[in-house]
Amino acid sequence: MTDAIVSLQDLTRVFRRRGKGWRAERMELVAVDAMSFAIEAGASVGYIGANGAGKSTTIKMLTGILVPSSGTVRTCGLDPVRERRALARRIGVVFGQRSQLWWDLPLRESFAILAAIHRLGAGEAAARTRELVEQLEMGDTLDTPVRQLSLGQRMRAEIAAALLHSPELLILDEPTIGLDVLSKQRLREFLRHERASRGTTLLLTTHDMGDVERLCDRVLVVDRGRLAYDGTLPGLAATVGAQRVLVVDLADPTPELHGIPGATLISSEGDGMRQRLSFDAEVTTAAEVLTAVSTQAAVRDLSVEEPDIEDVVRRIYQTTR
Amino acid sequence: MAETTWATPYRAILASRLRAQRAYRTGFALDLTSSLLIGVTELAEIWIIFHNVRVLGGLDFHAILLLFGLSNLAFSAADLLVGHLDTLPTYIRAGTVDAFYVRPLPLLAQLVTSEISLRRLTRIAVALVALGFGLALNDMAWGPAPVAMLVIAAVFGTAIFAALFTCAAALQFFLVNGSELTNSFTYGGSYASSQPASVFPTPLKLVFGYLVPVAFTAYLSTLAILGLPGPAGLPTWLAWLTPLAAVWVWLLAALLWRWGTRHYQGGGG
Repeated sequence: MTDAIVSLQDLTRVFRRRGKGWRAERMELVAVDAMSFAIEAGASVGYIGANGAGKSTTIKMLTGILVPSSGTVRTCGLDPVRERRALARRIGVVFGQRSQLWWDLPLRESFAILAAIHRLGAGEAAARTRELVEQLEMGDTLDTPVRQLSLGQRMRAEIAAALLHSPELLILDEPTIGLDVLSKQRLREFLRHERASRGTTLLLTTHDMGDVERLCDRVLVVDRGRLAYDGTLPGLAATVGAQRVLVVDLADPTPELHGIPGATLISSEGDGMRQRLSFDAEVTTAAEVLTAVSTQAAVRDLSVEEPDIEDVVRRIYQTTR
Repeated sequence: MAETTWATPYRAILASRLRAQRAYRTGFALDLTSSLLIGVTELAEIWIIFHNVRVLGGLDFHAILLLFGLSNLAFSAADLLVGHLDTLPTYIRAGTVDAFYVRPLPLLAQLVTSEISLRRLTRIAVALVALGFGLALNDMAWGPAPVAMLVIAAVFGTAIFAALFTCAAALQFFLVNGSELTNSFTYGGSYASSQPASVFPTPLKLVFGYLVPVAFTAYLSTLAILGLPGPAGLPTWLAWLTPLAAVWVWLLAALLWRWGTRHYQGGGG
């Protein structure tokens, strides 16, 4: 695995804290438990799991913030703790809930300082800043102090700040948390573009399954510090047998569509003008369900809903525990 | 912009901090005034003590002025340069430290340059005034040796206090809410250094002379400048070893700092 940009081998992190009271036993919390995986350069990986599953702890060990309790980790071929500064030149990190910008200065100055920190030449810094500002549509916020930016504006600024030195690997910890639908959509489009044009590897933790669906071609599900699933998103849904949903809009009011082979009616609205049928993709196909529906009513429009991934993750937890 | 050197990032950060301080003029003026008042109060305290006693620990009022000036100069200079290290717990909680970890600069250098406490300038001014009077009022023999001693005391005294601030900050990685304890280290050290070490009982004398060597920041150099004999355990010639004391306490600081950064548990989240 020579082209792995991230590789973990039995990576473990234990937190020790004292219990309450004097003489209390020390308590041990295994946040990451003998985790092993590798990410090839250029991939886009979603790292998902419940709160406290060990996502952030893993990210912090990948970036050299936390020292592993045992096991090994290599990021860009470097030891993150011992070679932290060399690694920092090659990765970009966005923490959704904490800022790396200077809150009391205009945004423009944060970019200038970060360019100096990464020792970019004047021409290089100006060109890259202009490119990012244009793509992320931040032109009118450059002279605003960071503390006055909206959450959506700030998050775009954080991502631009993390990409200023053109890192090979961009790590995003909850990049879309708290954003409205439109802001999320713009961010995802930008990240897809960045990856397509520069080959930047993306690793993101998120609670937003839209992020995973739109951005990631590989999913890692972590549960209690262990890897519960590693594969594609459709594969994940298939593994736990998640149901897809066919929504049909019918030409006329229609009685409820029962008895469609392999499908179950979930809901019927507007005198049966819109009906939702769930089906198992392993048993039947959307086309077969649609054919069966067509024999009973005239279909005007249709859509297929993908499985809800929060639900998928919950099912993964149930099957592996 | 000229070609980038090792100093380029720090220059950019510090310049931005100065601009930010200029943006809040009233607050800055208040800060300057309050630190002036603190300096003046401490000076007044000494004045009052010597209204009642003529000699303390072998030093008279004029000698004490010199001691106070040297000690305060070193402490406030260190405070100006690295005093904001004691805001580390705030940075840890805000997650700023996590951001520092993913930048290609040493952590300590980033923390030191994250702020520059210009408000300490008034405290330095008080120290310089006391030092000036101390030098003028004492009946001392001027020559290359006292001048060299003054420079050594100012430079390495500042270095010793800066190292103490660093030790205190390193301990914050373990304590997070322990700034009360670590303040006793820095501010307590500063207070101890402005006293003639001869008034301390022997165990304390050894602590402040050798373990946390604040006696080197002012007391020993005052003795050397005035040509006075030292108490048992702290001979005057030790003053010339002030650079060694600075090296010792910086070694301690570097070890503690390294230990602390490796022990960092992240800002949560």
